[in-house]
Amino acid sequence: MKTVFEYTKGMEESVSTSYCPGCTHGIAHRLIMEVLEEKGVLKDTIGIAPVGCSIAAPRFMKVDMIEAFHGRAPAVASGVRRVHPDKYIFTYQGDGDLTSIGGNEILHAAERGEKFSTFFINNAIYGMTGGQMAPTTLIGQKATTAPMGRYVEKHGMPLKMSEIIAQCECAVFVERVALDTPAHVRQAKKAVQKAFEVQEKRLGFAFVEFLSTCPSNWGVPPAKAPDWLAENMIPYYPLGNFRCPEEVK
Amino acid sequence: MAEKILMKGNEAFCEAAMRGGARFYFGYPITPQSEIPEYMAAHMDEIGGCFVQAESELGAVNMGIGAAAAGGNVMLSSSSPGIALMQEGMSGLCVCHLPILLVSVSRGGPGIGDIRPSQADYRQATRGGGNGDYHLITFAPTTMQEAVDLIYEGVALADEYRNPVCILCDAMMGQMMEAVELPEHKEPVMGDAAIRAYKPWALTGQGDRAEKNRIHAMPWSPEELQESNLEQKVYYDKAEKNLVRYETRDLEDAEVVFVSYGTPARITTEAMEMLKAEGINTGMIRPISVWPYPYAAFDEIGPKTKVIISVELSLGQMMEDVKLGANGRWPVKLISRTGGVLFSSQDIVDETKEILKGVK
Ligand SMILES: Cc1ncc(C[n+]2csc(CCOP(=O)(O)OP(=O)(O)O)c2C)c(N)n1
Ligand code: SF4
Repeated sequence: MKTVFEYTKGMEESVSTSYCPGCTHGIAHRLIMEVLEEKGVLKDTIGIAPVGCSIAAPRFMKVDMIEAFHGRAPAVASGVRRVHPDKYIFTYQGDGDLTSIGGNEILHAAERGEKFSTFFINNAIYGMTGGQMAPTTLIGQKATTAPMGRYVEKHGMPLKMSEIIAQCECAVFVERVALDTPAHVRQAKKAVQKAFEVQEKRLGFAFVEFLSTCPSNWGVPPAKAPDWLAENMIPYYPLGNFRCPEEVK
Repeated sequence: MAEKILMKGNEAFCEAAMRGGARFYFGYPITPQSEIPEYMAAHMDEIGGCFVQAESELGAVNMGIGAAAAGGNVMLSSSSPGIALMQEGMSGLCVCHLPILLVSVSRGGPGIGDIRPSQADYRQATRGGGNGDYHLITFAPTTMQEAVDLIYEGVALADEYRNPVCILCDAMMGQMMEAVELPEHKEPVMGDAAIRAYKPWALTGQGDRAEKNRIHAMPWSPEELQESNLEQKVYYDKAEKNLVRYETRDLEDAEVVFVSYGTPARITTEAMEMLKAEGINTGMIRPISVWPYPYAAFDEIGPKTKVIISVELSLGQMMEDVKLGANGRWPVKLISRTGGVLFSSQDIVDETKEILKGVK
């Protein structure tokens, strides 16, 4: 009989994730772990989790991991890298974590061309703390700290992090992907593969931004969340590659 | 015995840490300790170690967390406002049970402060400047040699106690030059095999371990967090038993007992000679460990003592510990300066005589 589906060995089989129905954190976890499994390097990998819903990632991902303080995962990963020059190292960070409190840490990891990969989960809201406004919250989008919705005069414009990181010369791989459709998920996996290849070849810093869902705090039914993402997020956060070195094209 | 060489404090601190096995240093410039990152930038590579100039003290301490979690021996340093920024990480290192050596070269405060010597970060170092239930194991050396020896030992102590060890110095100690004898180089814990053998909890990639290693900054439930805190308390209890260190002088016949640490203890020693020449017998308790604090030293005080005086460069931060040690048995007074101002030995003599007028 032909096997059509198998769990990745990179995720704990006996632990179910703590994410809400319709949340795409789980898909992002799975893609990263699948790529590491296919490379055969799960046992040579060290992951750094953020503060946010995915602080729980070390309980689900089957690799050595640490939880970093809020926003500091890139600094923690920089320290891990100095001790282990030959391991696979990644940070996994939400948008509040990475763009707001950790804006400085991510920018300088990119500036230094740190040899690790950052997987950035942009769901346009603070998930774990219950739907407050993030720097990525869209114009018109309601949040508990922007009850009338975000508007430019008061809150400024949402941060396009991939575009900012792509300005750093040593951030050699930068791509924005989405987790709303199977086709986009397959594309996202390719970006994850390339991000690890960049790291393997010591070419520089690699950054993948995933447009991700948060139905619970968007106030959208789980089944409708992918459509909400496609209709609201993709027009402002265009998908595609911003930088890619010749060696991994 | 090794030769004595003349070195600037900050540079001697670096040599001591490297010789003690520290191989990873993350720092950000701030006076009066900028010679530390500069010395590390020049010399860490030579011994196979690593220096990174971090984007901020927050960056530095979190890089330290990463390197310590990965099994490296880490040194960090900064001065007052920079140490304040590092407090998130100090609390983080403690919840993660991670070792690190921290050299704190204090300057005047609060705020951005003054670059001259101060002991106004006593509470920050001994009470835990960050959030949560934790302690830093803190030593406060008085001479360069003592600082070198404590830093050298501190690298291993941090590993043994799975906790940050802080060496609390004032700006004077960082900046002055003194003859020191440097200890031998220890074999550092470097590379996968050594780290796995010596620190089985470290993140190295699972390799041939049966289970993955996880280091939790956020234990999952109050019960898990309590368990984690109680695990660390075992080390704190052990520290209170084994790491209390102090020196006493002339306590038996002392009319006045001074309590002083760091540079002020040196100035106080001079004042003691001057007072003796005037017929006033004084003694001294010099805490070397300030957490755990040597409260037991106060039991050695003789029957002639009328008053205890805390001599320090803060508005009396250590005096709180002195009062706990005195436990109501003697009046406790304060001779102090703040904001980076120093006292002279004559100041201490004059103020002691003034205090004596007021006690029976
Ligand atoms: C220093 C600090 N500030 C604030 C918090 C509270 N906090 C926890 S999670 C979070 C937001 C996380 O949002 P995001 O990064 O978007 O991740 P998500 O939960 O949406 O995946 C905040 C503000 C904290 N834990 N630590
Ligand atoms: S709150 Fe949002 S981000 Fe967090 S698990 Fe639920 S859906 Fe996912």
